[in-house]
Amino acid sequence: MTTLLEVSGVSVTFDGFRAINNLSIAIGEPELRAVIGPNGAGKTTFMDIVTGKTRPDEGRVIWGERSVDLLKLSESDIAKIGIGRKFQKPTVFEEQTVRDNLAMALKNRRGPLSVLTWKATTRDKARILELAEEIGLADRLERRAGDLSHGQKQWLEIGMLLAQDPRLLLVDEPAAGMTPSEREHTTDLLKRAAKTRAVMVIEHDMEFIRRLGCRVTVLHEGAVLAEGSLDHVTKNQQVIDVYLGR
Amino acid sequence: MPRPPWFLILVACLTVPLLLRPAPLAAQTETPLQDLLQSMQQIVASPSRARVAEVLDALQQADAPGTTTFLNRWAAREVYERPEDGLFFYGREGAARSLILIDIDTDADIAEVTTRDVNQIRVNAGVRREIEAAMVSFELLNPDPARRSAALAAIARSPDPEQIPLLEAALEAEEQAAIATRMARLLDLLNARFATDSAIRVAAIEGLRGDISTEARRALNQILATSAELAPEIPAGSNVARIRVPGQDIDLLAAYQRLSDAGLAPPRPGRNAIRDALRANVVDGEVGGIPVHQLHTDEMRRATYRALEAAGSVPPLVTQADIEAAVAEYVFFDQYLEPDPAVTDAARAALDSTRTAISLWQFLSLSIDALSLASIFFLAAIGLAITFGVMRVINMAHGEFIMMGAYTGYVVQTMIPNYTTSLIVALPLAFLVTFAAGVAMERTVIRHLYSRPLETLLATFGISIALQQLAKNIFGTQARPLTSPDWLAGSIALNDLVSVSTIRVAIFVMALAFLLILLFILNRTRLGLEVRAVTQNPGMAASMGINPDRINMLTFGLGSGIAGVAGVSIGLVAQVTSEMGANYIVQSFMTVVVGGVGSVFGTLAGATLIGALQKGIEWFNPGNTLAAQTYMVLFIILFIQFRPKGIVALKGRAAGD
Amino acid sequence: MDIPRKTAARPRRRTLFQDNPSVLWFMGLLGLFTLGVTILSEGFGLGLISTNLVKILGMTLCLCLIAIAMDVVWGYCGILSLGHFAFFGLGGYMIGMWLMYARTEIVIRGSLGRGTIPPTELEVSEAVAAQIFGVVGSSELPAIWMFAHSLPAQLALVVLVPGLLALIFGWLAFRSRVTGVYLSILTQAMTLALSLYLFQNDTGLRGNNGLSGLQNIPGALDVPQSIISMWFFWASAFMLGAGYLLFAWVVSGKFGSVIRAIRDNEARVRFLGYNVEGYKLFIFTLTAVISGIAGALYYPQAGIINPAEIAPIASIYLAVWVAIGGRGRLYGAVIGAASVSLLSSWLTGGGAPNIDLGFYRIVWTDWWLVLLGLGFVLVTLFFPKGIGGLFDYLVRKQP
Repeated sequence: MTTLLEVSGVSVTFDGFRAINNLSIAIGEPELRAVIGPNGAGKTTFMDIVTGKTRPDEGRVIWGERSVDLLKLSESDIAKIGIGRKFQKPTVFEEQTVRDNLAMALKNRRGPLSVLTWKATTRDKARILELAEEIGLADRLERRAGDLSHGQKQWLEIGMLLAQDPRLLLVDEPAAGMTPSEREHTTDLLKRAAKTRAVMVIEHDMEFIRRLGCRVTVLHEGAVLAEGSLDHVTKNQQVIDVYLGR
Repeated sequence: MPRPPWFLILVACLTVPLLLRPAPLAAQTETPLQDLLQSMQQIVASPSRARVAEVLDALQQADAPGTTTFLNRWAAREVYERPEDGLFFYGREGAARSLILIDIDTDADIAEVTTRDVNQIRVNAGVRREIEAAMVSFELLNPDPARRSAALAAIARSPDPEQIPLLEAALEAEEQAAIATRMARLLDLLNARFATDSAIRVAAIEGLRGDISTEARRALNQILATSAELAPEIPAGSNVARIRVPGQDIDLLAAYQRLSDAGLAPPRPGRNAIRDALRANVVDGEVGGIPVHQLHTDEMRRATYRALEAAGSVPPLVTQADIEAAVAEYVFFDQYLEPDPAVTDAARAALDSTRTAISLWQFLSLSIDALSLASIFFLAAIGLAITFGVMRVINMAHGEFIMMGAYTGYVVQTMIPNYTTSLIVALPLAFLVTFAAGVAMERTVIRHLYSRPLETLLATFGISIALQQLAKNIFGTQARPLTSPDWLAGSIALNDLVSVSTIRVAIFVMALAFLLILLFILNRTRLGLEVRAVTQNPGMAASMGINPDRINMLTFGLGSGIAGVAGVSIGLVAQVTSEMGANYIVQSFMTVVVGGVGSVFGTLAGATLIGALQKGIEWFNPGNTLAAQTYMVLFIILFIQFRPKGIVALKGRAAGD
Repeated sequence: MDIPRKTAARPRRRTLFQDNPSVLWFMGLLGLFTLGVTILSEGFGLGLISTNLVKILGMTLCLCLIAIAMDVVWGYCGILSLGHFAFFGLGGYMIGMWLMYARTEIVIRGSLGRGTIPPTELEVSEAVAAQIFGVVGSSELPAIWMFAHSLPAQLALVVLVPGLLALIFGWLAFRSRVTGVYLSILTQAMTLALSLYLFQNDTGLRGNNGLSGLQNIPGALDVPQSIISMWFFWASAFMLGAGYLLFAWVVSGKFGSVIRAIRDNEARVRFLGYNVEGYKLFIFTLTAVISGIAGALYYPQAGIINPAEIAPIASIYLAVWVAIGGRGRLYGAVIGAASVSLLSSWLTGGGAPNIDLGFYRIVWTDWWLVLLGLGFVLVTLFFPKGIGGLFDYLVRKQP
């Protein structure tokens, strides 16, 4: 396992409020990692920084074997380099069909001209079908994404994430609003994905994390409080004080 | 404190003719001026240079009302004598070459006669000069200080060497310090230009040092007037301003042109002259053996011309070498019309000494202009700062609210004739009218579109065109005047370079007042608190017992009402038309965006920046307001590149993405 | 997951026309319309449609073309541009420069040629310049008229000038992530700057006089207007058809997916790895170019162009047409532009009878804009899908 993403000494301030405070975190490839922490611990802001939405005041974010500085790239370049993100609220394009949503996410050339002349190849079609089966939406490919249920939208978004074929998946609360069986399916999906790539999951649900069975990082006030197996961190007194104890 | 005597005189001047008016015929022979003139009837009727002084002295002694008018008209040959009784009248042309006689004292029409019935009094040039000099000294020595000042102003308007001794005499007699200063200054101006003694002139010019007034600079510039000369060599004793080297300070062709104009060199045939010469020499469709249809290039034409020249039928072509040789024979220079170098040097030095001061004053004047423009922009934009800046509602009909306010002012003015009263009534009324319009619009349209900003833009635009057309239907297409009261009509002048009209000062004060009122409402009142609460988090505000509907309605009404009041103020300086709002809308949005959305201070900064910028650009490119506006909009587009959130940017998540 | 293979693997061949049945319909109707007008025209047919009406119809087709461009940039990509009429006007100016120059040159050559000596090129161009710019007190040909003598050059400029302006402006605006109403205001400012610039007498396009006499086509000065009007009508119909096909192709397929996704959630598209700014710039520039072409066809039919045509309000009217027709569908834009502009010229051209109420006489020229403004508010409030929305209703009603 080699280090894929290394965040070191990152801080960011909003109007005097320190959302991220000298945060350092690293993830290897392949690896499955869960990130937990109370509200306002900086989990989402951390993802914003990695994906280029927020620029940190200081610190470094280094990517991959060639040590690319992510802070110099735009959001779309970061996505193209191989970082996919799933938002807390499912954000699929509701006006468009499931197929269109997936087709847009497929790993293809992203330039306007190549997209304009794009024709779905047999491989693309097979890949869309494969993904649709994996997320259980194969019979709904021609449906408007807006007509899907909440859980289906979550899956569609995960499916779009997989379609991008990223090396690092950032997944924000994937199980929110899902039925127990849907959760189980989601866990399987993430575990399978983590066999070949790095997956970082933000989640509140301890049961879900237990089922993932992976290393856990606890964030608090914008910094890492503890890191290790779930059992290890749940025994940590500080973690109990700030998070679990409540 | 006793009233100055001139006031009584003024009252007398005004009242005497009024009192006499009911019985002009009876009064006519009893009035002092006519009597006075009758006592010297012979001299007045046929004035000679030798005896006119008697009349002038007598008139000056008596100082009867209307004396100056009489002297003026006497000199201008507008006085007539009636042969029957020897009385004098003014005359003016009536219908069909007749003449209407006017009484000298009452100014009333007496009779209509033909020019044969009366004798026009003919005043020759010598007498006229005597009369004019007397008039000047008469006025300069007049006990009424206002009359003395008026006489000085007249001298400043048309300076004349003969005024120097009169002015010197008057200066000695003058008691009022202010007028004496003015006289001394005028004397300097006159001496600088007309004195015969060079030392006196130089001294007078020294006295004008550092004087930035227009008249002083005009006098100095007149002394420094030059004429363009050319000669084989500079003549001795000429006062040369500068030498112009051909090819450097003067275009070679222009220099040659001057030579040929002066007959010192043969004229150079230009393109048109060549063509005309060729045309005149066409023989059987050929010129000099070359077919006409080939003569469609300049090279061909010149070659043909050369052929004609060789045959001697046209004047020779002047080549570049000819021109250079001819020009080299002469010196081209500018010569002062004033022959005395001491005087011109002093004048140049005096003029140079004012340069720095003048640019500083001009800068001040420009800054005042910019401030004035900025306050208009601010007034136009301040309502938007609330509706757009605070509520984030794009109201394209904002300009029409400004127009509505202006038309309210116009309607009030047609009903209340007193301009001051009508203005006092119009300001709150305009607020009420546009407040009501704003509330109505918010309730019926905008309320439904809070989540769809682009559609708010379009819907309010629909309202905007409807309102504009309605205004056109009601008030017509021509501009309606909104007249400001007299006390706002004048201007405040610091000196000849800096002056600002009172109305602009008033608008500046008004803009300042708006700023303070608005800051007070937003920061110090319950309404302001609730407005800020609702705009930041409507849900939370509602749960705390604030009614967001009511707040939105009131805020929008407030913004619209302010637009109405701004409309009245803008109407006083601009024309009231149905399109006046549309002229301000883009700039108003720019002001708010450049300043920083959501901040009243931002709008202030935006207005100042845009006003200063526009005036600055106009200064570089004078007289072209359109160009200034074009460049300003371009600048704003670029500015937003570098500060997308405006000058006063709100930071953090609250600013919204 | 057990999903029967056959439902999912249903063979799909997607073509442009299958995706957009409206394209075929539109092409058919446009063809029929063109044929009908030709048959009824004065120039080539029965003479039931006056030349003037042919011109109005041809101009309307051009307006439909810019309306679909506006629909693509706004309805599909979410950029409410208030500047596309500026591109339209620039296209008109570019072709107008050639029309005016070439026609004046023919006239000038005719009159100078009558002299005994033929004129030089310099004399011709000076005389042309004096003729064209006498009205603004100048007799020199400005530098921007450098290519005015050449039709191919000016045709290239019809595409290049609006395209480059859109490219530069769009690059600046999108790069700094100006979106939503701010972008609208910024485009409006651009339009204002351009029209103020053109209003100046010394900027080389005859100030507020504009360019005139554009209906006279150099090289065809003897051809009657009844024929010329049909040429332009056909050209407009052809360009509208071509433009419709082009845009239908652009907005269908994956590219269409991406730009609609940008409209709905720009940030999300960025995280999918798409360079949103590039797409916006592409659409903005492409539609600007098409607008320029539409303008180049429109103004020779109108006969005159002046800076008032470019004023910001014209671009807002464009948005009004698209909104009334129904944005997000190309035929909606066509319906909106055609119905509103034809209704407008009917009501303001004195074609409609005024209504006498006894106490008040409704004069349509006075009340049309009031009606349009209020109607527009109603459409925005109650029929956000516009007239095109009615088609959805009809289609859904059918089994």
